[in-house]
Amino acid sequence: MRLLITAARAPGPARGGKRRQRASCQLGKCAGEEKRVGTRTVVVGHRPVSETDAYVAQKFCDNRIVSSKYTLWNFLPKNLFEQFRRIANFYFLIIFLVQVIVDTPTSPVTSGLPLFFVITVTAIKQGYEDWLRHRADNEVNKSNVFIVENAKQVQKESEKIKVTVNGEVRLLSLKLVGRGRCVVRAGGGMSCPGELTHYAVRDTTVLCTDEAIDALTATIECEQPQPDLYKFVGRIIIYRSNQEPVARSLGPENLLLKGATLKNTKKIYGVAVYTGMETKMALNYQGKSQKRSAVEKSINAFLIVYLCILLSKATVCTTLKYVWQSNPFNDEPWYNEKTKKERETFKVLRMFTDFLSFMVLFNFIIPVSMYVTVEMQKFLGSFFISWDKEMYDEEIKEGALVNTSDLNEELGQVEYVFTDKTGTLTENSMEFIECCIDGHKYKDCISEVDGFSQTDGPLKYYGKAEKSREELFLRALCLCHTVQIKEADQVDGLIGHPEHRYTYISSSPDEIALVKGAEKYGFTFLGLENNFMKIRNQKNEMETYQLLHVLNFDPVRRRMSVIVRTTTGTLLLFCKGADSSIFPRVQQEEIQQTKVHVDRNAMDGYRTLCVAFKELTQKEYDKIDRQLNEAKMALQDREEKMAKVFEDTEADMHLIGATAVEDRLQEQSAETIEALHAAGMKVWVLTGDKMETAKSTCYACRLFQTSTELLELTAKTVGESERKEDRLHELLMEYHKKLIQDVPKNRGGLKRSWTLSQEYGLIIDGSTLSLILNPSQDSSSSNYKNIFLQICLKCTAVLCCRMAPLQKAQIVRMVKNTKGSPITLSIGDGANDVSMILEAHVGIGIKGKEGRQASRNSDYAVPKFKHLRKLLLAHGHLYYVRIAHLVQYFFYKNLCFILPQFLYQFFCGFSQQPLYDAAYLTMYNICFTSLPILAYSLLEQHINIDTLTADPQLYMKVSDNAMLQWKPFLYWTFLGAFEGLVFFFGVYFLFQNSSLEDNGKVFGNWTFGTIVFTVLVFTVTLKLALDTRFWTWMNHFVIWGSLAFYVFFSFFWGGVIWPFLKQQRMYFVFAHMLTSVSTWLAIILLIFISLFPEILLIVLKNIKEKSHQVRNKIIRKVPDSLSARPSVRPLLLRTFSDESNVL
Amino acid sequence: MGFWSWGVVTLQNECPGNTLAYSSISFFYSPTVNDCPFFPLQIDYTGTEPSSPCNKCLNVSWDSSPPCTCTINFTLEHSFESNVFMYYGLSNFYQNHRRYVKSRDDSQLNGDNASLLNPSKECEPYRTNEDKPIAPCGAIANSMFNDTLELYRIDNDTRTPITLIKKGIAWWTDKNVKFRNPTGDGNLTALFQGTTKPVNWPKPVYMLDSEPDNNGFINEDFIVWMRTAALPTFRKLYRLIERKNNLQPTLQAGKYSLDIAYNYPVHSFDGRKRMILSTISWMGGKNPFLGIAYITVGSICFFLGVVLLIIHHKYGNRNTSADIPN
Repeated sequence: MRLLITAARAPGPARGGKRRQRASCQLGKCAGEEKRVGTRTVVVGHRPVSETDAYVAQKFCDNRIVSSKYTLWNFLPKNLFEQFRRIANFYFLIIFLVQVIVDTPTSPVTSGLPLFFVITVTAIKQGYEDWLRHRADNEVNKSNVFIVENAKQVQKESEKIKVTVNGEVRLLSLKLVGRGRCVVRAGGGMSCPGELTHYAVRDTTVLCTDEAIDALTATIECEQPQPDLYKFVGRIIIYRSNQEPVARSLGPENLLLKGATLKNTKKIYGVAVYTGMETKMALNYQGKSQKRSAVEKSINAFLIVYLCILLSKATVCTTLKYVWQSNPFNDEPWYNEKTKKERETFKVLRMFTDFLSFMVLFNFIIPVSMYVTVEMQKFLGSFFISWDKEMYDEEIKEGALVNTSDLNEELGQVEYVFTDKTGTLTENSMEFIECCIDGHKYKDCISEVDGFSQTDGPLKYYGKAEKSREELFLRALCLCHTVQIKEADQVDGLIGHPEHRYTYISSSPDEIALVKGAEKYGFTFLGLENNFMKIRNQKNEMETYQLLHVLNFDPVRRRMSVIVRTTTGTLLLFCKGADSSIFPRVQQEEIQQTKVHVDRNAMDGYRTLCVAFKELTQKEYDKIDRQLNEAKMALQDREEKMAKVFEDTEADMHLIGATAVEDRLQEQSAETIEALHAAGMKVWVLTGDKMETAKSTCYACRLFQTSTELLELTAKTVGESERKEDRLHELLMEYHKKLIQDVPKNRGGLKRSWTLSQEYGLIIDGSTLSLILNPSQDSSSSNYKNIFLQICLKCTAVLCCRMAPLQKAQIVRMVKNTKGSPITLSIGDGANDVSMILEAHVGIGIKGKEGRQASRNSDYAVPKFKHLRKLLLAHGHLYYVRIAHLVQYFFYKNLCFILPQFLYQFFCGFSQQPLYDAAYLTMYNICFTSLPILAYSLLEQHINIDTLTADPQLYMKVSDNAMLQWKPFLYWTFLGAFEGLVFFFGVYFLFQNSSLEDNGKVFGNWTFGTIVFTVLVFTVTLKLALDTRFWTWMNHFVIWGSLAFYVFFSFFWGGVIWPFLKQQRMYFVFAHMLTSVSTWLAIILLIFISLFPEILLIVLKNIKEKSHQVRNKIIRKVPDSLSARPSVRPLLLRTFSDESNVL
Repeated sequence: MGFWSWGVVTLQNECPGNTLAYSSISFFYSPTVNDCPFFPLQIDYTGTEPSSPCNKCLNVSWDSSPPCTCTINFTLEHSFESNVFMYYGLSNFYQNHRRYVKSRDDSQLNGDNASLLNPSKECEPYRTNEDKPIAPCGAIANSMFNDTLELYRIDNDTRTPITLIKKGIAWWTDKNVKFRNPTGDGNLTALFQGTTKPVNWPKPVYMLDSEPDNNGFINEDFIVWMRTAALPTFRKLYRLIERKNNLQPTLQAGKYSLDIAYNYPVHSFDGRKRMILSTISWMGGKNPFLGIAYITVGSICFFLGVVLLIIHHKYGNRNTSADIPN
């Protein structure tokens, strides 16, 4: 959201859009809805078009971006409301209210204070996070833009003007650079090309000053805001004095999207047509929904179990109470008469209050502070990600960024990884590797670059082509492209070398690579001036060519051509394109020698292009020229006509050579993908790229192995026209049969057993996908989606190409909603990935070159794709283990906290007498036992981080929420129950003789509770100490500190007659307890017995591990040597020559 | 018996060598004559059995005067060598019932004059009597144990009273800090002016004892009673019997008689009363639980240790143990 046309890349001001809009936007529809009907009319300037048409100020979305949840005023009520919507908080609120209203055994403070503490801490955390959002919003909203008012530029804050350049801008006029073309780097890249050329309407290109713009009277009619980035339909009506209004049509090429960055111009004039939350980009954000992690779902399930335990406990106690009380001397012995009020209450009401009282007494079994501890853990724990030095990138001088702390543990549960390709898997920068001319290979090494610019001995020969052919080839490279020159001082050195005075800009990084490649060999493209292309050749001479026609690239033809006229008048057609599209159009005898090179290059993972040329006679050219112009003018079937002309033109050419360009993979992306695979994740690549490019990348990064059998559902296989639905149906059925029906069912086996059997890869493109997801008519095709999904889930790897951003999100949503709702992760770097980042459970942004949209909307942002490995395998795993342990521990410690209290009811006549003092009840969860588990859940590394990163298999151990399944939950519950029983009955037997002091004095009920509580606090804390594998000084500090604090507090609490307390029940109880040797012995014994199973388990585990190690020692040696193989394999093992090389 | 105590075998009276049956019936057996030297002597004087001398007092009420008295003779097989502690024990008495536990006013007991005349609402229904505030208020105070136990040694038909010391039975902090008489001028009677005695008491609180430092709220019997017991079967320290000199044991083996002024009715709620004589070691009162538990746990540990040691020797490989973490 941040990138402004003014602010981001173009130094100097971009003249902002024009102001008010007259829009037929109905207020209610200002954001969110996808389907919009009707059009809106935008008046350029708020000048009425004519006298009769009075200007009516329109209600219209303002340009403020609001992502924050609260304001200063509504924070308290709204936040409280939000917090009490949580079941646990609401439950405690109810308990608190019950305590206030009903006569309950414990004072309201015991549950009110922890609740207050929890609410406060959460509110502070949420307030802080919202403050960060406010800051980010302000950064956007307060940024300066220029608007034209009364023929002057006025600088204003973005949010204060109704319509600003921050909205989407339709180009009115450009500061002219290069024939009225404007290359725009869409903020974050609309798709892979990253840079797109946008045009102004011809009638307005002359308006280059503020005055001229101000004089313009026009209206723009356009459709209501809708999220499709690639579609824009509208028209501009320009009124000129004394002339008929002129109407011009507007298309997507006239629309600048929000966040776009200007590349080759300093400023543009524009009109804002959509603003604020109505911009296409904003509509594509889909609104940030609250992401809830799977752990939280487990917590809720456990909560329900404990709630059931609680309810049954209360019911049991209430029932037994009345059974017990049926005996009158139990109900009301002479020494303990009821109050008048008590006698007068109805029995049913009394039973009900008794039930509530028991609920209150046992309510601590629901761990009140768990949520706040979980939140603290997430909040503080997320710092470890941003502090991770290994995820720090030297290039951008930044480390990882954590936008939400709610999903840390989700990183350890990922099953599906959806990744963008360009900029994520690859560097998004191409490099010229080699070329072959007439079958002779020319490969330069960096050191030889200088040699090339010398006239005589340019090349390292593997055989030499004729000089003239070399030059022709290089000229072809220099001429056959749509690259533009940008003076270096106008842009930062995004692509160009810093020593150059200029930079090349193109919508295709391949072309830049080629032009630069040619430059290395001595032919430098100097730019285009008035349709003349200038080249400096090897002899440092200028050559100029008149550019006559550009036969633009399109994905069907997969080639492009230029027609130029040399200074001598020769007409030349240069064509470059994929080998599959070039070879049929050249002389067959020329192919063979080049083909060898092309195939080998493709095998090496390079993107190959073939270059061909032909000479045109004037006559031929005239014909072509005429045909082209005719086709361009055509209003109907323009595309087809053009295609036909192109087809005719690009025939009978002569092959000169081929080039090989490398789209460099990001470092270690292949290793990362392999690691993700090994960790049991399925990786899907979703890209806006063409299939061929994407496919070769997938091979390069080992998403597809050589053994992977590819299934294709693309425009190519499905075909065109009406029959495609049938064809699709056939294909789907065929694949379905192949994958699901024919595969012997081994359901009982490993869930991720696909790693063992034949691997399948699926390739699907956007149009086919929309065919599947939105079947056009009949219901018979509606189960396509299901079949498709089944196929997808069976495939090791899936490649989706030509995806629109929303389609990416659709795919993610589809997988997300399948059975078992697997955890999905999306990673991308551009604005087009935002929707899928938001859709997935975990969204990861790459802090790439394409702006910050992705990382701003992501949950986590990392500098490079390779960091995903550590993020998931190490951090995710650890966070998951930590939080799972935290959750289980919380339930456990509260169970053994409350169980003695429950058991005590059997010995106190079910009178709801609390076993522990109110202070202990209150402090147990918030003071005595909270910090050790917090420290544990922040710092624990049960397995060393390096081991985790190195061994992806370990990730599988925690997959499927393994540590929060019912089995471990039962283990913990039994442990808690066992310990609770030990605590209570241990002290119970001790108290058979309550004179435990050496002077014969007797202990009372509060001492009983205090002994139980002391054993409890020590046991649960020491249990945590036993679980801790990674001791830091902090662990030591909080564990021993908590125990010391408990002792200190108990002394303190019992050492003073507190004036505010009704009863001084704890007065010197703790101190007296400690004077008794028996008590000491009992406490030590009970702690030991409680921990005994745990200690035994540890010992047994150690023994088992040791014997394992002995056994594995010999076996291990082999895999060890295997894993020591060089980590970088040759990039690519196999590709298809005809698929790897299109622009 | 308590609602629950049938399920729990009381180990308290168990004597090594005796049958388990002995221990389980020991509560019902009366009078009990203890014949093991290191275990306390318990005498149940509830008087439920018709043969018991106290049977006549079974249905005694609070305000019977003169009090019903009874005498129980018993024989001490072994002498008590060191200081002897005399307890009274009650069974099925729910001193830990919530309504009971909270029925007290600690600030009144701490000598706060305002609370003295306006006791806390927690004391209901033992807060006021005939519009006068009760001091000490509440159910606990109201139900204070008021049997009088006296011990005589019978030596050739002569009854020698044994000196029972009534001070030093309460926690020092309770006696000196937590429980305070109201402050002001005049004697205790004047200080408690305007209050009335608890309903069940025969005399007001300022007449509990003749000694001023053991009278009123700081009466040690009262303080001991006010520390509510943890379980429905409990004992409370009643008197101390100090060893006179090094030549004689505190209580020689022989015949004794226990004189009881039977005031405290327990029959209505099926309770029982005991008198317990016990010596105390450095570990406190006799408590078989700890010994048994320690021996059991120790044996288990030893056994497991041996097993694991064998396993370790059989499978353990010392060379590999150190180098692989986790």
